[in-house]
Amino acid sequence: MSVIVLVEHTEGTIKKKSLEAVQYAAEIAKKLGTTATAVATGKIADTELQGLGAYGAQKVLYVADDRLNDLHARAITRVLVAAAKQENSPVIVTLHDVNGRAIAPRVAIQLKAGLISGALSYPDTVKGFVVKKSAFSGKAFAYVNATSEVKVIMLAPNSFQLNKTEGAATVENFSVNFEDKDFGVKVKSVDKITGEVPLSDAELVVSGGRGLKGPENWGIIEDLAHALGAATACSRPVADAGWRPHHEHVGQTGGTIRPNLYIAAGISGAIQHLAGVSGSKTIVVINKDPEAPFFKAANYGVVGDLNEVLPRLTEAVKKFKAEHH
Amino acid sequence: MKVLVCISQVPDTVTKIVLKDNNTAVEENGVTYILNPYDEWYALVRALELKETGVAESVHVIMVGKANTEPVIRKALAIGGDEAIRIDADSNDSYATANYIAEYAKNEGYDLILCGKESIDYANGAVGPMLAELLDTDFIGFATNIAVADNTATVKREIDGGEETDEANLPLVISCQKGVAEARIPNMRGIMTARTKPLKVVTPAAVTALTSVTHYELPPAKAGVKLIAADQMDELVNLLHTEAKVI
Ligand SMILES: Cc1cc2nc3c(=O)[nH]c(=O)nc-3n(C[C@H](O)[C@H](O)[C@H](O)COP(=O)(O)OP(=O)(O)OC[C@H]3O[C@@H](n4cnc5c(N)ncnc54)[C@H](O)[C@@H]3O)c2cc1C
Ligand SMILES: Nc1ncnc2c1ncn2[C@@H]1O[C@H](COP(=O)(O)O)[C@@H](O)[C@H]1O
Repeated sequence: MSVIVLVEHTEGTIKKKSLEAVQYAAEIAKKLGTTATAVATGKIADTELQGLGAYGAQKVLYVADDRLNDLHARAITRVLVAAAKQENSPVIVTLHDVNGRAIAPRVAIQLKAGLISGALSYPDTVKGFVVKKSAFSGKAFAYVNATSEVKVIMLAPNSFQLNKTEGAATVENFSVNFEDKDFGVKVKSVDKITGEVPLSDAELVVSGGRGLKGPENWGIIEDLAHALGAATACSRPVADAGWRPHHEHVGQTGGTIRPNLYIAAGISGAIQHLAGVSGSKTIVVINKDPEAPFFKAANYGVVGDLNEVLPRLTEAVKKFKAEHH
Repeated sequence: MKVLVCISQVPDTVTKIVLKDNNTAVEENGVTYILNPYDEWYALVRALELKETGVAESVHVIMVGKANTEPVIRKALAIGGDEAIRIDADSNDSYATANYIAEYAKNEGYDLILCGKESIDYANGAVGPMLAELLDTDFIGFATNIAVADNTATVKREIDGGEETDEANLPLVISCQKGVAEARIPNMRGIMTARTKPLKVVTPAAVTALTSVTHYELPPAKAGVKLIAADQMDELVNLLHTEAKVI
């Protein structure tokens, strides 16, 4: 028996959020008196796979099929289901991200497993198998109990601190007989946003609203983001007006993010905007209007003109970075 | 080509969430229910556009829900759906919901099934890929653009840190988000004709839910904002480092 966890990589480097997932699965395994087995596919070096041991994986089932550098959902579903059967797994863990969300629901169907999405906590196994998640756009938490024998969990990235330990995982080659239909979706072109931190996984985010007045003023947002190593985001009217690309739009109708730090400048804090960012651990609001609703949801507030405040903050961050490397 | 749009009903984002019965339930009094925005604005409207451009011949909408979801179903018909199916069951678990829909859809010959990216209440985004698995079709999630021609769909979709364009054959399940279409407001004629459009009520297949919510919790109230003077940005950075520990 072992808890299965799917890991994702970028050109052979395991993503940080996948290390979180491995650690999460290992903790659940401990709770259930068993071990964690990672499942990896595509082109990844052995040392990278062994390194998963430092996050609690005892074993890695590795499918060295180059077609699986892209996470073809049906093929990976087949891999996870085969791995879960081999390992007699009580729990299968993926991330709650674009990949996990295409794969985990399929796995749940195959294994007749209750699916818990966006998990924020370890399961409480005292009365059932209960996991905390966000509900109603961050206005409540729901505790979801899975009653099936097998459970599938999609872990919300950035929910747990990483603790690297000692240890190396053993890597076993794992083979699965794929069918043509597993590769039915053909990728025609890929457009990676380069040079920036992807918003969905970013730990630090700097966001701008209509208060910026126009796309030509975004330099002060980008400067701060650059100084922090943060991703950039925006409110909906900003994306609608074409000042910023659509993928930066956060809120009820855009993306949902849960960074450690969300800095909002010139955003009023409408409830539909908060729906996408209220899970952020720390919120800093910069607004010239002391009555802006966003201040009610903020940890730190600066009442002032963003055209002055943002460059000052950028300077302060640079100074801090220089002192702390 | 026959298109099926999966629609769900969710509390409006602006409604205040109040808990009752020892936090095991949400007080329904005072909650306004709406059509899930991703289903209404993007999936349904794109389906209608496909019909208007002659690619699709019909657009059906399907909802797993009890009788109290009918006003929201009628709204989907008012926007332009041709006919509606309501599977008469609660929709608290994606596994059961997807099974009910699949059981109905498998004999209806739908070429394209459109879902929203997620329901905004629990944000699972699970029903679409589950349906694809049950119907043995491909699934493309988080679409921002959908074109269909000659039995093939070309779909632009969000990936980790970017976008890609995929191609897949029909039948196919796609989940939709912003970009796929522009929201529409039902007009008077739509509202009038919606009353007479067929709304079929179907008994659910015998499938047991595998998850349930045991209780809810409201997020702790924010301790209150700490205001920093606009010329004290060193202090803000210092607080972010020593107090919030985020940099
Ligand atoms: C169904 C629905 C869904 C929606 N979904 C979303 C969503 O997903 N995401 C989203 O963001 N919105 C969404 N909205 C829109 C939302 O209601 C707000 O209209 C929007 O968030 C406002 O954007 P904003 O804060 O940038 O602009 P505004 O509300 O115009 O606020 C601009 C702010 O900038 C401040 N400001 C101006 N100049 C300066 C300056 N020089 N220095 C400092 N501060 C300054 C002002 O005081 C003001 O508070 C949705 C609305 C609806 C009805
Ligand atoms: N009760 C339901 N009836 C019909 N379709 C649904 C229902 N719930 C969810 N869906 C569809 O599945 C998508 C994802 O929903 P969810 O998995 O609940 O986040 C929604 O956007 C709808 O398209």
